[in-house]
Amino acid sequence: MSGTIFWGPPDNGLLIAPLDEFTAVYHRASGITHLLTEPAPQILAVLGEGPVLLDALLARLAQDFDLTDGTREALAARLDELVEAGLVERT
Amino acid sequence: MRHAFSVRIGPVGFRIGSDWRAPIAELESLYRDYPKPRDGIPDFTVRLFARRPWRRFVRPSVEIGGDYMLPEAAPLPLRQGLLAAEMAMNLQMALGARRYLLLHASAVERDGRALLMTGISGAGKSTLATLLAAKGWRFMGDEFALLDPATGLIHAFPRLISLKNDAIAAAEAAWPQARMGPLMPATPKGDIRHMVPDSRAIAAMDTLATPALLLFPRYGFDAEARPVPPAEAFVRMTQASTNYVALGEAGFGALTGLIAGVPSVAIDYPDGASAIKQVEALWSAL
Repeated sequence: MSGTIFWGPPDNGLLIAPLDEFTAVYHRASGITHLLTEPAPQILAVLGEGPVLLDALLARLAQDFDLTDGTREALAARLDELVEAGLVERT
Repeated sequence: MRHAFSVRIGPVGFRIGSDWRAPIAELESLYRDYPKPRDGIPDFTVRLFARRPWRRFVRPSVEIGGDYMLPEAAPLPLRQGLLAAEMAMNLQMALGARRYLLLHASAVERDGRALLMTGISGAGKSTLATLLAAKGWRFMGDEFALLDPATGLIHAFPRLISLKNDAIAAAEAAWPQARMGPLMPATPKGDIRHMVPDSRAIAAMDTLATPALLLFPRYGFDAEARPVPPAEAFVRMTQASTNYVALGEAGFGALTGLIAGVPSVAIDYPDGASAIKQVEALWSAL
């Protein structure tokens, strides 16, 4: 998985409306509305900048969050969910 | 079709055609103070028809049709023709409207600001709107509030008020002078009687309002109020909108704008008088 590259919709591919602990995300390509919680919106924001490796994504998120030991697995799980939802693609 | 009638309700024009005279006559009488569609062109066409020619006469049953159809919709007996017409008009709106985000909600207005009330059938949307209108609020609609994605404003849709079961007596008591349609007992939705909105509601139907409060009422419980978190309100309103998905981005923008812009509150209420007190208290605290 460490060699897997992830990417998301470009900046203008999503409409994002923070509600409370949930953020409403409209995916233009599919017309589907998603409700996401942290860290999914932050992941999408990073992936919107361009394709990244998992480690690079972790490093980028670490700039904004305190990442702990279990983070890598948790992040991979969140990425899987985003892939499943059709919001993120991977090699 | 043999008989036809046109009417404009808020921004939406309808043409209703019918194989029978009776439902059209009832519509003409109850909607007599309403305007006609702008430029004579309706937005939606509704048809009330007999599936077989002889069914115009033999146990006449009204099929509902129009630009949009529900193939499974059961026909109604002719004595419920007015209900069939109203259901068909709602169906065209629910399936066909693209200009506005349709919120399955009743709405009343005061000082240019709209109170929206949404909930499942029986929550008291129509009753509360009717009772509040009797207390000086302007009635905007009991079924659909039309949210304009371009402006975020609410358009009124003051169709005939569809009163069910206990709400009939409550509305009659609040509006003793109101013009009423025929009582239709034992319809698929229970006893139904249509009430003509008051003259002010009809005269001001083109006056828009800024949404100010989103209410989720629930009838039959002790009086209580709780704030509804924005995400919950958003999800409930996507479910309460018949055309949220069809509107795509415009719907997303309109609904997230509404949720961000107004407080959402769920209230339980034991009776109409209590509900009015609760609403007034919430309103004055805005």
